[in-house]
Amino acid sequence: MIRQDFGLRVDPKRRSNLSAKQRQWGEPEWQQQDYAHRLNFYTVPPTADISLEEFEEWAIARLKVLSELESCAFRNRSPEETATYMAPILEKHLPLHSNSSRSSTLQGERKKDHFSHFILRLAFSSTEDLRKRYARLETQLFRLRYKDDDTRERQAFIDSCDDLKWEKVGDEEKRELSQELKDATPGGLGPGRRFEDESWFKVDWERVPELVESRRVFLKRGMAYVPSREQSSLVVAEFTRRLDQALELTARAIPRLDEDDRLTPILHHLSQSFTAPDTAYSTADALPGTLQPHAANIDSLSQHFPLCMSHLHKTLRQNSHLKHFGRLQYTLFLKGLGLSLEDCIIFWRKSFRLITDEKFAKEYRYNIRHSYGDVGGDANRRGRGYTPYSCQKLLTEALPGPGQAHGCPYRTFSPDNLIPLLQGMGVQDQSVLKGVREDVGKQRYHIACNRVFEYAHKKEIKRAKDDFGWGIAELDTISHPNTYFKRSFMLKHLGEEVPKGEKMDTD
Amino acid sequence: MPHAISPEPTTEPSDAVLPDAPASDAPSDPADMSGDDTAAPVLGAAESDKENRLEDMFDTDSDDDEFSSSAAKAEPSTTKPAQSGKFSDPGIMKAFYQRLFPYRQLFQWLNHSPVPTIDFKHREFAFTLSNDAYIRYESFASADLLRKQCIELLPSRFEIGPVYSTNPRERKTLRKKSAFRPLAKELVFDIDMTDYDEIRTCCTGAQICPKCWSFITMAVKVVDVALRDDFGFKHILWVYSGRRGAHAWVCDRRAREMDDQKRRSVAGYLELLKGGDGRGKKVNIKRPLHPHLQRSLKILRAHFQTDILAEQNPWEEDEKAAHLLDLLPDKALTAALRKKWDSAPHRASTSKWADIDALAATGVADKLDATQLKEAKQDILLEYTYPRLDAEVSKKLNHLLKSPFCVHPGTGRVCVPIDVAKVEDFDPFEVPTVTQLLDQIDEWDKEHVKAEEGEAENDEAGGAGKEQEKEKKLQDWEKTNLRPYVEYFRSFVNELLKDEKTAKREREEGGDPMEF
Ligand SMILES: [Zn+2]
Repeated sequence: MIRQDFGLRVDPKRRSNLSAKQRQWGEPEWQQQDYAHRLNFYTVPPTADISLEEFEEWAIARLKVLSELESCAFRNRSPEETATYMAPILEKHLPLHSNSSRSSTLQGERKKDHFSHFILRLAFSSTEDLRKRYARLETQLFRLRYKDDDTRERQAFIDSCDDLKWEKVGDEEKRELSQELKDATPGGLGPGRRFEDESWFKVDWERVPELVESRRVFLKRGMAYVPSREQSSLVVAEFTRRLDQALELTARAIPRLDEDDRLTPILHHLSQSFTAPDTAYSTADALPGTLQPHAANIDSLSQHFPLCMSHLHKTLRQNSHLKHFGRLQYTLFLKGLGLSLEDCIIFWRKSFRLITDEKFAKEYRYNIRHSYGDVGGDANRRGRGYTPYSCQKLLTEALPGPGQAHGCPYRTFSPDNLIPLLQGMGVQDQSVLKGVREDVGKQRYHIACNRVFEYAHKKEIKRAKDDFGWGIAELDTISHPNTYFKRSFMLKHLGEEVPKGEKMDTD
Repeated sequence: MPHAISPEPTTEPSDAVLPDAPASDAPSDPADMSGDDTAAPVLGAAESDKENRLEDMFDTDSDDDEFSSSAAKAEPSTTKPAQSGKFSDPGIMKAFYQRLFPYRQLFQWLNHSPVPTIDFKHREFAFTLSNDAYIRYESFASADLLRKQCIELLPSRFEIGPVYSTNPRERKTLRKKSAFRPLAKELVFDIDMTDYDEIRTCCTGAQICPKCWSFITMAVKVVDVALRDDFGFKHILWVYSGRRGAHAWVCDRRAREMDDQKRRSVAGYLELLKGGDGRGKKVNIKRPLHPHLQRSLKILRAHFQTDILAEQNPWEEDEKAAHLLDLLPDKALTAALRKKWDSAPHRASTSKWADIDALAATGVADKLDATQLKEAKQDILLEYTYPRLDAEVSKKLNHLLKSPFCVHPGTGRVCVPIDVAKVEDFDPFEVPTVTQLLDQIDEWDKEHVKAEEGEAENDEAGGAGKEQEKEKKLQDWEKTNLRPYVEYFRSFVNELLKDEKTAKREREEGGDPMEF
């Protein structure tokens, strides 16, 4: 259905062409859509003919842009840095010029932008995780373009959208609420700005949740009074809202799509290249490609490990051995770090100092390879082995027996043993230790772990927020050991440009 | 005198079958037969619900935590163990669930209509049993089936979760996981005295007294008015959590349908104090003060002088007074204050608070910024009075919260609604305990049997029969001190139902602005 709405269908006679379907609601002029504005809310599906090559090429171009945007978030680039970084990438893959540029390719650019958005919408609507990720990245892209749009053209775009016409607060009401409106403006109106010159919109508060959360609007009986200068967040919020809704609809229509055409494999491939093996563990939690860990630097990296993993590491160093479940938990964590199978085998071989090569090869090697999906049944290999354990997994496993070191120490250790362990890690602050005790008493083990993390990275977190624009998204509650590691590592290396190819055993 | 325990279900009081129960005794849906759904989930709970257990651990209602198995070891309860054992006695619990629990009102509250809808039928219930087993994803086709399950399991408490897109009991049979998702739940808040421990001087741990209860009173007032005046919610049910806190259930349709992001933004709007137990400054707000904070300040100022300065006397100790000094600006001023207080150990907080302005007025600090001092004092006032919400509870649509009218296993008190119009008068120590209530039923029955006998002797053929019938119709809770609470709840639910009806009519006429 969607694909019909989308207006794309493979025509068997014109192998490399996709012809527009005649649709009852299709106005003739839509065949040649005219793009009056640079910005697009993507409410109307594209209808023109494009070739199969263009279909794939355009989608890949947009995918490239979105992936780069995503990596900006991982690298904690500020909005300004992101804009600078993205400018050449956008120019290369998905240029979009303003009307004032008088570029001759204007309509072509906008068509490509329009189509590629809808193609990826199809490719990424299959699972909720993909939809969320796509909506998030598309929103970022929209925001980026919105910001650098020509002011007058932007206003023309806003005026062209019916949904963006919000109710203006009338003069009388504005006067009545003048004190409240001023007080709800963080930092006041600003120097040189007069109340009389400012205007406000009135919308249901649900439309501007971010502004409500940070108390940047006045609320009255369910209505939010939004200063006109916040209009951009309203526009962006509206963009997200519509896209979320559209993706939801696409997802519901997908199962009804005809499987027997040539778009399906392309769409499938597109979404595959975007999918992480497991929702709980995102490959984003491995280190960037240039910072691969290897067999010899695990000791130095272990300073960034959460308690569960540093405990395994220490136990391994102390005993030159780890029991089965500990080995499994630790191997998967290392795999999640990005440690290659080869290096992982070397790491374990060297760590098990007291056993022979033969014994190692016979009893341990296979398990490591199995965890990586190098051996085992089809399903195991296809799935690239097991996924690194999340906190949830660790907290719901059976408790370790004597001599075993796996699991989450916040849960498996009694408070009286846990506290010295933490002190050994350098957590001396009494209030933190008291907090941990309380968390553990309430079975909020992951909160305890997050508390320790925040304490151990207090300075860096402040810096990351103040100087690097880290927000809630980057500093949300950790619920995966690999996230703990990644964040710790990133925080301790804030702002360092790591040259390509440099290994990270420098710390 | 044994408590009022009905011998066996066969002789249950006549009000046992609820008006909304299915016509026949046998439930129409075989999946809901109690034979099926009582034993199996108990065994299956640990195994089948693994994927949800972490969430459960994070989301436990802290007010009851000291009674869960593992937490109990960590922190000794302050109530006498003998007493807490008494309240969870199976006989008492059975009588409570048979005779006192207001299922019908609870059903109407959650169902929003007289006939069972998916609002009730797809609603998740979770039971905590006396052996600490935890059963999630229970659901019921009617109030009567919920009642049967309660009597069967005698849970030490049960929790209410969201309405799901499909029946929670059938979630395993669905081919697509995404077909089972939470659709709606009241917006909830949890205020617990533990979060006040660092500023509370009168009691510690699980204890409370009238002095510290005022923290909860203040919190209820501030949150309630914000939810009504700012967010426009109308149906807010406050419930005593049974020991040392209160819950709020915002039941407006608009609130129930909020997604996590919107819940987070309401919680964020109301949240003010950041940071843990350290000595740092917890209030960091920019000026001008947001209208919500100005209003809160006004409400809280009235309590500060008496409930905080006089009753809690938070800065009597030198160490605590040092924290106060940390929060004040201007070195010269704080030095002068320190000197004064050092020479008068244990000077009362009221005096210390007054000293600040008094010394500032003498000009000990010539560079003092009057606005800065005023703002610092506002911040301090807020730090000691502003609601401390367990915000995590509010942020998730699928969070479970203990049902109103459960019995707190530690205190035996029933989790009764608090009439917010009279929140100042609410006294947690007046809340009836389950044993008191059962005594009251016995008491009432005894008196009325006597009276009947007396009447029968005097007037063999007269109107006694009529009178008797009228009394028989009384439900057991009506014979006890639970009555005003159930009646308040009933009127709350009626108001909610009225609005639901109007909204439904508007929707049917196609005029509902909430539907897109
Ligand atoms: Zn007290």
